[in-house]
Amino acid sequence: MHDTAKVIAGIAVFLIVVLSPVWYNTVTGQASYVPQLKLPTDEKYCVETAPYMRTNHIELLELWKKIVVRTGKRIYKATDGKTYTMSLAGTCMKCHSNKADFCDRCHNYTNVQPNCWECHVVPKGVKTEATEHAR
Amino acid sequence: MNRRDFLKLACFSVVGTPARSVFDRLTGKDIAGPTKEGQPKWAMVVDLKMCASKPGCRDCVDACHSIHNVPAFNNPKDEVKWVWTDSYKNIFPEQSHRFVSVEVQTRPVLILCNHCENPPCVKVCPTRATFRREDGIVMMDYHRCIGCRYCMAACPYGARSFNWKDPRPFIKKIKEDFPTRTKGVVEKCSFCEERLAKGLKPACVEACTTKALTFGDLNEPNSQVRNLLASKPNIRRKAYLGTEPKVFYLE
Repeated sequence: MHDTAKVIAGIAVFLIVVLSPVWYNTVTGQASYVPQLKLPTDEKYCVETAPYMRTNHIELLELWKKIVVRTGKRIYKATDGKTYTMSLAGTCMKCHSNKADFCDRCHNYTNVQPNCWECHVVPKGVKTEATEHAR
Repeated sequence: MNRRDFLKLACFSVVGTPARSVFDRLTGKDIAGPTKEGQPKWAMVVDLKMCASKPGCRDCVDACHSIHNVPAFNNPKDEVKWVWTDSYKNIFPEQSHRFVSVEVQTRPVLILCNHCENPPCVKVCPTRATFRREDGIVMMDYHRCIGCRYCMAACPYGARSFNWKDPRPFIKKIKEDFPTRTKGVVEKCSFCEERLAKGLKPACVEACTTKALTFGDLNEPNSQVRNLLASKPNIRRKAYLGTEPKVFYLE
């Protein structure tokens, strides 16, 4: 083999190019980036516990939808016994009135595009991202 | 059990299973259907004469369409409607012969989803997006609708509309407390299920100034609808199809 130097150089260049985003993030400190969410100020507790809501909010919404649409019942009894009206625009958005810095920020970070608001109407006074409907 | 008995029994059960439902139908199951204790069965009675007493009236249509965010497309091909009117001779072709007075023939008839007891739209829906609730309301779960429009083909009353376009730009004033629909879903009247849950009457009934619309519970023997149906001759659209519509018309 006469091209050892060239092959090694080629591999090196390839690795530098491929790994550059990783290095860039490590050097600039962006690897540990997590979106900073603005939590509602007037309410400390969501319908269920925060870890549950963080991972299962879509399952809860799906359950609410099922109960409301299929059975017509509208009151949800949470694990702690408190009752809530099952409504995305009416109940969730009452506390989470900063949609842009809570819902949208995390959904953008995780590249999730929920289509709730194609039909449900964002209540007035709720802060939204202007770009949300642009997709 | 020997082989012969087993085969006999198998044959009987195969024949017997569907025969049961046929038997039930032939023996005349009540239109109110199986009743759960305290379970209402919603129905509407439309008095055509009273309705016609205010020519050109659109109070109920406007009320319904505005609270449910129903879009107003200018093109009739794209039209979305929950309640609307058509002439008597179009809606009751089997009732209108040449001796029916012109006044009756041209009378506007208010039409909406009939919330059939035996809804063909529900049978054909491949995703179970449309279904019949125990209180008789034929509902849509817009989340599940894939826009195949089988239900529209199956509905003998043309009560369903399809969103060919994004409806939002065509809604005059979007009401916040009710969702809009999106491009590619079918929609129709829901008997104001969201208002019934609050103990209110359907918006069209409330908006009607001529008292032509009566809404109530068929399972309640003394309800206004039951009294009207018992005391006055009434007709239903295409009742011969066996869909058991729950919108009744007084002539």
